Amino acid sequence: MTPILEVQNLHVAYFAPTGQLCPALAGVHFDLAPGEILGVLGESGSGKSTLAASLLRLLPSNGKIQQGKVLFDGINLLEASPQNLRKIRGGRISLIVQEPSSSLHPTLQVGRQVSDALAAHKPLDRSTLREKTGQLLSTVFPADAERISRSYPHELSGGQRQRVLIAQAIACRPSLVIADEPTASLDPTTQQEILLLFRTLTQKFGMAMILITHNPALLTGFADRILVLYAGRVAEIGPTATVLSSPQHPYTEALLRCLPSHFADERSVRKARLHVIAGDPPDLSLHAKGCQFEPRCTDRMEICKCDEPAGAAVSELHNVACFKFAG
Amino acid sequence: MQPLLRIENLVKHYAAGRSASSRDKLAALDGVSLSIAPQTTLALLGKSGSGKSTLALCIACLERPTSGSIWFEGVGVTALAESERRRVRPQIQLVFQDPASSLNPRWTALEIVSEPLLVQQRFTKQERIEKTHTLLDRVALPRKMASRRPDELSGGQKQRLAIARALALEPKLIILDEALSALDCSVQAQISNLLLDLQSSLGLTYLFITHDFAMAAHLADQIAVMDRGRIVESGLTEKILSFPCHQATRSLLAATPSLAETQNVLVEL
Repeated sequence: MTPILEVQNLHVAYFAPTGQLCPALAGVHFDLAPGEILGVLGESGSGKSTLAASLLRLLPSNGKIQQGKVLFDGINLLEASPQNLRKIRGGRISLIVQEPSSSLHPTLQVGRQVSDALAAHKPLDRSTLREKTGQLLSTVFPADAERISRSYPHELSGGQRQRVLIAQAIACRPSLVIADEPTASLDPTTQQEILLLFRTLTQKFGMAMILITHNPALLTGFADRILVLYAGRVAEIGPTATVLSSPQHPYTEALLRCLPSHFADERSVRKARLHVIAGDPPDLSLHAKGCQFEPRCTDRMEICKCDEPAGAAVSELHNVACFKFAG
Repeated sequence: MQPLLRIENLVKHYAAGRSASSRDKLAALDGVSLSIAPQTTLALLGKSGSGKSTLALCIACLERPTSGSIWFEGVGVTALAESERRRVRPQIQLVFQDPASSLNPRWTALEIVSEPLLVQQRFTKQERIEKTHTLLDRVALPRKMASRRPDELSGGQKQRLAIARALALEPKLIILDEALSALDCSVQAQISNLLLDLQSSLGLTYLFITHDFAMAAHLADQIAVMDRGRIVESGLTEKILSFPCHQATRSLLAATPSLAETQNVLVEL
């Protein structure tokens, strides 16, 4: 099956105020099948938000895409004209951000904001627009879409605002939705409701999804595959269950070991020290040679200091960038 | 043993309508009672809007409850005059979820941590600097960080700074209001270890407000669940995890994402 998205050898950097170029993504490479949900797992500084922004060329002015291709349905987004890009953003690829309050207009009713998202891409007459807006809101608010439509963002809870963003994001039935930490500011119950909504919508409309998060547990039972990002590189990529139950990259292993065991229902385990990953994430502006995880890796070898590992297949769908598995 | 903190029937109303003089009242706290034994951790869980942060503010004497009582070390706090409450406040400190909005962005780490010492007017400048350095050591922040501003620190470092500031006046009780929620998983582990170390070395008591049942289960001796301004279930951690009774507890447990889907602690809703 032809992938809906192919990211090939993507290199992105930022210009520091000094003029120095600071790398943020290096050699990022992955595919996405139509209707697939890919979880991008990364901590602060891993480059996950840079990845989301790069795919749609929404980097800030000091960001630079140095190399690579982002093929969406055969079009290289990195070379698309501004007019084409405008049609694709929101129309065929949507982006949902972490903080709904900063993406919603504070003095417009939310129904109007969802209509605007539709009208930006589809020339519809007023009554069709009103009808379609109503349908969209009913999809995300099964119970009280009418009342919500007339509300202002500040009158809604965090979860409700996020649902409004989702309604805007799916308005034009995009083939791909990129969600950057969409549930980070929500409590677990609301979080689960939003994930369930995403799942229903992706299945109903055949949308592919990239869900970016720092919380591995969120991806269980939700994402089809997980891509682990560390220091702007793809450390590991594979089916969710495989990556979470038998992680191969030392970083993924160490990260999953940090989580409190669910649940510590024995006194002996409770209040014990949790595993930590020694050291800190690397300062990429130092352009260190070798594997970026090497200083913190308990399995490091001599070669790790000098060269960067390329991805190697540990099984048919599972790829790891680590010299332990190099051919 | 006398509890460090005891609360009985605490009620807090806010005016709910659009005008300040509106008769409509929102009961943020609707009769809350709980107690925390010294040198233990109580985790307070509940959905957004259940009243957890309002409870934190009342306990820290930053909001006056509408009715009900709070005892701290056996002394009734709610009836005290402001001048007396001022003496209680240093013993109850807060660490918030978002260090970016609770740390002055224009001050250095040194200034932030020594501010409580300055306000108390009990220490010379040299004493303040020495105490601040000791506090930074306690939270494992290298001393060279003392001259940095918050935006030069990582999320974990900012939270360590917030904890150092909370320790400045040698409190007995620290209220952690979602203090780990905004941190990466590996950093949460580091801060969790720090909190446990500080609890055992300084004899601290924690009220740990969180959404995260897994972290609550890890850190807390007791768990209390809030729903719509009331405590609906409370008890020893082991008991709450094994036999959750109230619907609010069960939904929180069921909603907590877990790595091991096969783990069978959860009760079917």
